[in-house]
Amino acid sequence: MIISVASGKGGTGKTTVAVNLALSLANTRLIDCDVEEPNCHIFVKPDIESRRKVSIPIPQVNDDKCDGCGRCQEVCAYNAIAVVNKKVIVFPELCHGCGSCSYFCPLKAIDEKNKEIGIIEAGRKGGTDFVHGRLNIGMMMSPPVIREVKKYIDKKKTVIIDAPPGTSCPVITAIKDTDFIILVTEPTPFGLNDLSLAIGVVKKLGIPSGVIINRSDLGNKKVENYCAEENIPVLMKIPFDRRIAEIYSGGDVIVEVLPEYKNKFRDLYKKIEAIINNKK
Amino acid sequence: MKIAISSGGDTLRSEVDQRFARCPYYIIYDTDSGDFEAVNNESSTAGGGAGIQAAQKISDKGIDAVISGNIGPNAFRVLSAASIKIYSGASGIIKDVIDKFKKGEYKETGSPDVNSHFGMGRGN
Repeated sequence: MIISVASGKGGTGKTTVAVNLALSLANTRLIDCDVEEPNCHIFVKPDIESRRKVSIPIPQVNDDKCDGCGRCQEVCAYNAIAVVNKKVIVFPELCHGCGSCSYFCPLKAIDEKNKEIGIIEAGRKGGTDFVHGRLNIGMMMSPPVIREVKKYIDKKKTVIIDAPPGTSCPVITAIKDTDFIILVTEPTPFGLNDLSLAIGVVKKLGIPSGVIINRSDLGNKKVENYCAEENIPVLMKIPFDRRIAEIYSGGDVIVEVLPEYKNKFRDLYKKIEAIINNKK
Repeated sequence: MKIAISSGGDTLRSEVDQRFARCPYYIIYDTDSGDFEAVNNESSTAGGGAGIQAAQKISDKGIDAVISGNIGPNAFRVLSAASIKIYSGASGIIKDVIDKFKKGEYKETGSPDVNSHFGMGRGN
């Protein structure tokens, strides 16, 4: 089973949930897809066993062959190419490496040159496999790195994916083709607003989902009321507990310091399993 | 000479839009004939690369000069490569801007004056 952990709003507790869930279960693989700022490793402290660079193919125009027809510009979906005065201008920072320009070039005047945009590190901690991607500083294209990290999904294991925050391309790249999406939120107006945006995305993807309310005894009841109206199960509530804040601030894991939470995260997994089995 | 002015609306009474690439319209004005037309800017809602796409379209239309509030680095690069003259820092009613331009009150801009994503409301 592949469970992704997402949220509209940042800082609600995605990483806390992903790390603690992964370390509460057997035979898990935790994949940190928040490649712009991965932080699961701070808590898991895995032994890294392999490193691999991620590159995307960037077009290189051969001026001797190019007649400036502009076909590459027409087919580029990302506005990464302009053709003016019969000269091709490439904007590598906007290129997704899709290869359309070189494929459609009638004169075969475009070669592709690999540009390194990130790195993948894999290792383990106890019985948990760990993988994360890291986008290089100054790069803007996180989806190609996320797609590479997701190749480490092993269907024989319980895979937990920590997604980036928000509702844009990186999030969708991280959560699509997963079996279940946990949306972590907090009972505040910001939490509710961004949760409703995230629910919109999840519904479009057609993936079953449930909500975890973090710092649940703060704020108001509007998130719970919203979930009831929208028929979205509230799977777990994590209280605003000073001990949890201290554990987090020290870079430690809740289920290791407060073992009673291990059962709570196992219950969470059972609820998710039940929801998925009911849908089948 | 054909000039394109980034505009908030589709008439000569509209205001100059401060964003070159994400403005809703361009007023294309012919300084020789005095004719003008308003064209929709399809790049205004582009996910990314709006400056590049907008500059490409302006170049394809055979425009000689561009007037706007601000021009970002990518649009600047494409417009420059297309040998299109760039006048930024304009504001106010389109008609007044055209008059000022004809009197030679605007100076050509030598470099982009905002960072990428200015037109997405993220500031400079």
